[in-house]
Amino acid sequence: MIHKYKQNGHYVVLDVCSGGVHEVDELAYRLLDYAKPPFSDSCPDDITAKLSDFSPDEINECYLELKQLYDEGMLFTDDDYEKYADMALNAPIKAMCLHVSHDCNLRCGYCFAQTGDFGGDRMLMSKQTGMRAMDYLIAHSGDRVNLEVDFFGGEPLMAWDTVVETVKYARSIEKQHNKNFRFTITTNGILLDDEKIEFINREMSNCVLSLDGRKEVNDRIRPCINGKGSYDVIVPKFQKLVQGRKDKDYYVRGTFTKYNLDFAEDVLHINSLGFEQLSVEPVVADPSLPYAITESDLPRIFDEYDRLEKIMEEQKKAGERKFNFFHFMIDLNQGPCVIKRLRGCGCGNEYVAVTPDGDIYPCHQFVGIEQWRMGSIFTDELSREIKDKFARLHIYSKEGCRDCWARFYCSGGCNANSFIYEGDIRKPHTLACEMQKKRIECAITLNL
Amino acid sequence: MTHIKTVNKANLKQTAAKGGCGKCQTSCQSACKTSCTVANQKCEAVK
Ligand code: SF4
Ligand code: SF4
Repeated sequence: MIHKYKQNGHYVVLDVCSGGVHEVDELAYRLLDYAKPPFSDSCPDDITAKLSDFSPDEINECYLELKQLYDEGMLFTDDDYEKYADMALNAPIKAMCLHVSHDCNLRCGYCFAQTGDFGGDRMLMSKQTGMRAMDYLIAHSGDRVNLEVDFFGGEPLMAWDTVVETVKYARSIEKQHNKNFRFTITTNGILLDDEKIEFINREMSNCVLSLDGRKEVNDRIRPCINGKGSYDVIVPKFQKLVQGRKDKDYYVRGTFTKYNLDFAEDVLHINSLGFEQLSVEPVVADPSLPYAITESDLPRIFDEYDRLEKIMEEQKKAGERKFNFFHFMIDLNQGPCVIKRLRGCGCGNEYVAVTPDGDIYPCHQFVGIEQWRMGSIFTDELSREIKDKFARLHIYSKEGCRDCWARFYCSGGCNANSFIYEGDIRKPHTLACEMQKKRIECAITLNL
Repeated sequence: MTHIKTVNKANLKQTAAKGGCGKCQTSCQSACKTSCTVANQKCEAVK
C-alpha cells in the first residue's frame, strides 16, 4: 500500500508497510495513479497514453525507477505484521497516571474532568494512597525497569504534599527493586512557587504546562474560580520554571477549540514568550457544545496545520528552528519498532490511572466511568477481562485501521476518544482520524 | 534516480526482528493526554 500527498510544493509518496518515504517529481506522482505491481519491463502503452503531457521516454524512465523501488522492497510492500498483534497480552504495567487531586483552581470550559472532580466528589489523594500506588506499580511491573508516573488531576499542585512524599518514597525503594522511576507532572501553574519549581525541575523528567496561547484565547476558556483570566498569573511562573529546566523536557500544552481555529497564532504566541517545546491540540468535547470541533471546521484546521508546517519549514531552511511542535515530530529513522506501532497507547494494559481513593481505571480519560473501573490498589484486584480487552486492541482489530495508510504512525488512535465519541473502544473517531492524518503528513513533510 | 528521492531507508520490516522489547513509553502522558502518535515516540533500545 502507498499513500501520496502534495504539500507546500512537495510531492510525497509513502510506502506504508516498509515505512519508506520518497519525495518525487510531478511525473512520478501522477504515474503512481496508474502504475502498480506487477511491473513489466517497460511502461504499458495505456498508461503512457494517460500522461500525454510528458514524453514517452520520460514516462518510461520514471516507470522503471518505480519498478526498481518495488524490486528493492521500498514501494508497494506487504503488511505481514499481524502475527505480532497479540504480543501485548500479559504485558506488565509500567506507567501510571496518579490523580492526586480531583479538585481544581481553574474552571476551564472544556475540562474533560468536569472542572476537576471527574463527576465525583472534590477530593485530594492522601500521602498513604500515593505511596501505596508506588508499591502497587512496582508489584505489577514485572521485569520492566523504567516506570513512568504522571501527577495529574484536577490540579496536582493542590495536593503538593502527596506529590512530594510519593516521589520521596518511590526514590527510596527504586534501587532495591531494580526500578527507575520517571516522574512527570501536568499543571495549570497557578500554585507554582520557587520551592515547587525547584522540586519539579529536580525530580520530574518532563512537565506539561497548560497554556492555550494568546491572552484573550486563554482567558476566555481558562478562567480562575473568581472568573478572572489565568494568563497573567501563570505565564511568569512558567517562564521561571522553564528557565530552570536545563536539559530536562517540558511541554507548554494548549488546547484549541472552535473559538481559535487560527491556533497557529497561539503556537507562535507561546513561542514568543520564550517557550520552545510546544503542543497545541484539538479539544475533546461533545459535538453539541459551542466550542467543540466539528466536521465543518476541518478545512480551516487543515489550512492552519499547513500554515504552521510552512512556517516551521521556512525556519528550518533558514537554519533557525525556533520551536518544536509535538504533533509534527516524527523521526523517520529512529522511531519505534513496528511491533510497537501496532497499537497506540498502553491504556488499560500497560498504563493505568489511579483516583484519589485508589480506584484503578484504564487511563485518565476513563476515570469516573463506572463500567471501566478495573479494581483498586488497596485490594490488589485488577479486572483481567478489561485488561485483556485493551491488550487485544491494535490496528488489526480496530475498525478501519487495517486499511488506513496512517496506521504505522498513528497506531490506532486514542481509545478514550473512540469510547467517548463512538461508544466503542474499537471504533476510531473519524474526526480525530482526519486531523491525525493531516498532522502526520505535515510531520513527514518537515522531514524531507 | 532522477524522478525519485528516497528520504529514509528505514525499513520497518527489519525492526520486527529485534523489536517488541516493551521498554518504551506506553501512553500519551508525556505531552498531550488526549491523543496518541506512536511514531513520535522514541525507541529506548537505540538510545
Ligand atoms: S488515523 Fe484512524 S483509522 Fe487510521 S490508524 Fe489512526 S485511528 Fe486507525
Ligand atoms: S486512551 Fe487516549 S487519553 Fe487514554 S492513554 Fe490512550 S491516548 Fe491517552
